[in-house]
Amino acid sequence: MSKDLFRMTLKEAAGFLSSPENFSALHKSLTDRAGAVDAKVKAYTQLNHDGKDFLAKTPRNGKPLWGVPVSVKENICTHGWETTCSSKILKGYIPPYDATVIRKLRDQGAFLFAKCNMDEFAFGSSSETSAFHPTFNPWDLERVPGGSSGGSAACVAADEAICALGSDTGGSVRQPASLCGVVGMKPTYGRVSRFGLIAFGSSLDQIGPLTKNVEDNAILLGAIAGHDPLDSTSANVPVPDYTKSLVKDVKGLRIGLPKDYFISGIDPEVEAAVREAAKVYEQLGATIKEISLPHTKYGVAVYYVVATAEASSNLARFDGVQYGFRYPTDNLLDMYVETRDQGFGQEAKRRILLGTFVLSAGYYDAYYLRAQKVRTLIKQDFENAFKEVDVILCPTSPSTAFKVGEKMNDPLSMYLSDIYTISSNLAGVPALSVPCGFDSKGLPIGFQLMGKYFDEPTMYRAAYSYEQTMHWYERKPKL
Amino acid sequence: MSLEKYEPVIGLEVHVQLQTKSKIFCSCSTKFGAEANTQTCPICLGLPGSLPVLNEQALYYGIKAGIALNCHIAERLKFDRKNYFYPDLPKAYQISQFDMPVAYRGWLMIETKDGNKKIGITRAHLEEDAGKLIHEGIKDASVVDYNRCGTPLLEIVSEPDLRTPEDAYEYLTTLKAILEYLEVSDCNMDEGSLRCDANVSIRLRGAEKFGTKAEIKNLNSFKAVAKSIQYEIERQAEVLESGERVIQETRLWNDEKGQTISMRSKEEAHDYRYFPEPDLVPFTISRQRVEEIRKTLPELPQAREERFLRDYKLSNYDAHVLVSDKKHADYFEQAIRAGADPKKVSNWLTSELFGLLNTRKETLDTCKVSAKALSGLIQLIDKQVISGKIAKEVLPIMVETGKDPETIVKEKGLVQVTDTKFLEDIAKKIIEVNPKSVADFKSGKTAAIGFLVGQMMKETKGKANPALANQILEQQLKKS
Repeated sequence: MSKDLFRMTLKEAAGFLSSPENFSALHKSLTDRAGAVDAKVKAYTQLNHDGKDFLAKTPRNGKPLWGVPVSVKENICTHGWETTCSSKILKGYIPPYDATVIRKLRDQGAFLFAKCNMDEFAFGSSSETSAFHPTFNPWDLERVPGGSSGGSAACVAADEAICALGSDTGGSVRQPASLCGVVGMKPTYGRVSRFGLIAFGSSLDQIGPLTKNVEDNAILLGAIAGHDPLDSTSANVPVPDYTKSLVKDVKGLRIGLPKDYFISGIDPEVEAAVREAAKVYEQLGATIKEISLPHTKYGVAVYYVVATAEASSNLARFDGVQYGFRYPTDNLLDMYVETRDQGFGQEAKRRILLGTFVLSAGYYDAYYLRAQKVRTLIKQDFENAFKEVDVILCPTSPSTAFKVGEKMNDPLSMYLSDIYTISSNLAGVPALSVPCGFDSKGLPIGFQLMGKYFDEPTMYRAAYSYEQTMHWYERKPKL
Repeated sequence: MSLEKYEPVIGLEVHVQLQTKSKIFCSCSTKFGAEANTQTCPICLGLPGSLPVLNEQALYYGIKAGIALNCHIAERLKFDRKNYFYPDLPKAYQISQFDMPVAYRGWLMIETKDGNKKIGITRAHLEEDAGKLIHEGIKDASVVDYNRCGTPLLEIVSEPDLRTPEDAYEYLTTLKAILEYLEVSDCNMDEGSLRCDANVSIRLRGAEKFGTKAEIKNLNSFKAVAKSIQYEIERQAEVLESGERVIQETRLWNDEKGQTISMRSKEEAHDYRYFPEPDLVPFTISRQRVEEIRKTLPELPQAREERFLRDYKLSNYDAHVLVSDKKHADYFEQAIRAGADPKKVSNWLTSELFGLLNTRKETLDTCKVSAKALSGLIQLIDKQVISGKIAKEVLPIMVETGKDPETIVKEKGLVQVTDTKFLEDIAKKIIEVNPKSVADFKSGKTAAIGFLVGQMMKETKGKANPALANQILEQQLKKS
């Protein structure tokens, strides 16, 4: 056991961490593991080597997550610990405060183990736009881990983390979870506080857990969810004990298969795996019903208007005045122009330009306003669908992990890799990616469950029932 | 040049700081004058990841002001982002309200020499203030003080209903009085808690279409507003008379030179790319809440003015002057409650006390004379303890020292002489040494008694009761 401590699940780690000695043993095991594999995977940007400091400052006192190492995406503010969004423009930026999720984790005794690489400012689906370095898929190091939370998914898949936090604006937790074969949840919009999450698309962003299995996911979501008076968009809805939903029982559960998702462009192996999963559910006693989400086809277009509009405004504050990178010059306009030109990468600039354009006088009505209207239709699609079914089952991503560099010069095809994940962000409904097999190349496939607002419990029950039937999580990448 | 040909059209945009204790989207203090950047936090500094949460009190003040300005109150409260780059704006956008201001379509009544005039209020919206750039005292650089960042502002936009610089001045005075009465803003222009921009255009009298407007900024006082508008009217008339066209632009007022100077033209104007603020969820303002707030409204200046006319029988002018500043009107009523006659208080306050304060560059805020003390002074006259003339000597000492009038009168021995025997002796002496006046009086020039009374006052260093002195002199003259 002691040799492979790093393989522990969150649940196992929480049980194991009964003493400072055990904490130090697990910390060492994970650090060694990261030392052994991260040169290849490159999931991390920073490691926390200071276990002693943690022990000195964090008495156990019955804290439920005492000592549990959590790896955190580079866009979640950690007091006193550099938070960069994997961008040159925030290099050296040390937040003077903790994000609410971080404060909650610290309060429950968790140990912040590492910072995870990501696409710069979460702009991307491959983790290749990071200003530090790309991250690689532990299942095939020539392939991408997905993105933008690629580091968070890869570190969990590579067993160099116990669990991780990512953020999801259009699929950034679920798509990498799917491509790396881990469980990733994007909670209902408003379920988890966004305070301290460096904003990309404020009306879409949610922080979500990436874990080795469904049970861990339920535990970690429970630890970070809840109303936050510091976030006006966080919902004042009680947080249920998600672990109570972890029962292997889907009898009578109504599962919808959206016909609009099984369209051309989908990898046949992915489609087959998801349809196979539907059969498994049927055998477990659920009913499968074909449904329609007719406005799905507009999702990507709507998303790239809304998300870039918000991003263009959210990223305007990175101007070299207060913090982060500043191009040294003696004139204000030059400082703005050069700081932003040199501080932002290609994709960030592309999205800022796009967002600035759609908000500009004369274009606002045609783009932003129209997109918001279609967004309402997409929301209504879900409301209608959930009159007939309890959860919706579909692929998480149209393909398995693609090759590094394959889509970097083709932004449109990169954007389309989020085609199944975008709608739930636009509608605000929760969505969860669960491993459901491997393709012929041995790459993980994931399905996505989408649920009603705040009905994460039903989704966890469905996911757990499938997972505990198929046990895909037992297969590990060879590193 | 014939200015009469043209009719000025003026609209004002007024920014007032709402007097909340904390900022509009965080809990930092709004107190003026603190050391630079000591009243800041990740939220008002716009640090990455921080989020705004609306200060309920700011909304309450906004609604209260909206109701007092006879506005409709929005059904839904929604904020928008106004995007532009400037070092004093740490998020590079200002959280403001674009298409759904908290209050809209109202009016207020101003008094002009041609009678009352109703001025439309287009809208009043909530927004956050920016920080302050500091250039003075720093070599080759500018620095930023973010203390003011996030201070709640209400921007009140008038319809282009004003026609003269005097209209504009009266509008501002009236608006300021209303806001002070509501206790939503201290309206202190020196501390920047009231700022004003003016939109000015002219058109041929009788024309329906508005002329091209110029927006005037950097107006530091109501007088500057009126002066700059007058300047701008004349400038635009000159431009038109010379056969040219007025261009739409923003102009800065230079108070020392008494001129406006072009700052930027319309072509250089910003595209603010307004869009709904996603960090603040829109919510409904219930009609019940609006009605509840309506009930909390205090008596407003115009109602108070009417009451002053009715109950205290003041002149229109005095009533208007007194109510236009809540502190003056409050002081006035406190003095009355302390027992003095309203008309006398009004006279002593407006012509005597304000005069003294003016020369000392003081206001009622710093004044050492309490309303009760002023009332006491007036009552000393009424009780014939001192004469009005002596009272005018006592008041400056009160202003100077803050002592109450009774003490001063006692210390300086200013109590009026009402001792008949004493005054009779003096009268005898005066009659003896002024035979000419006595003769005049006896020959029927009764006015000569005035001179003799004056002599008595002189003899008693002003302390003789003038009426009593007069009476005694008359008696003795008749006897002699």
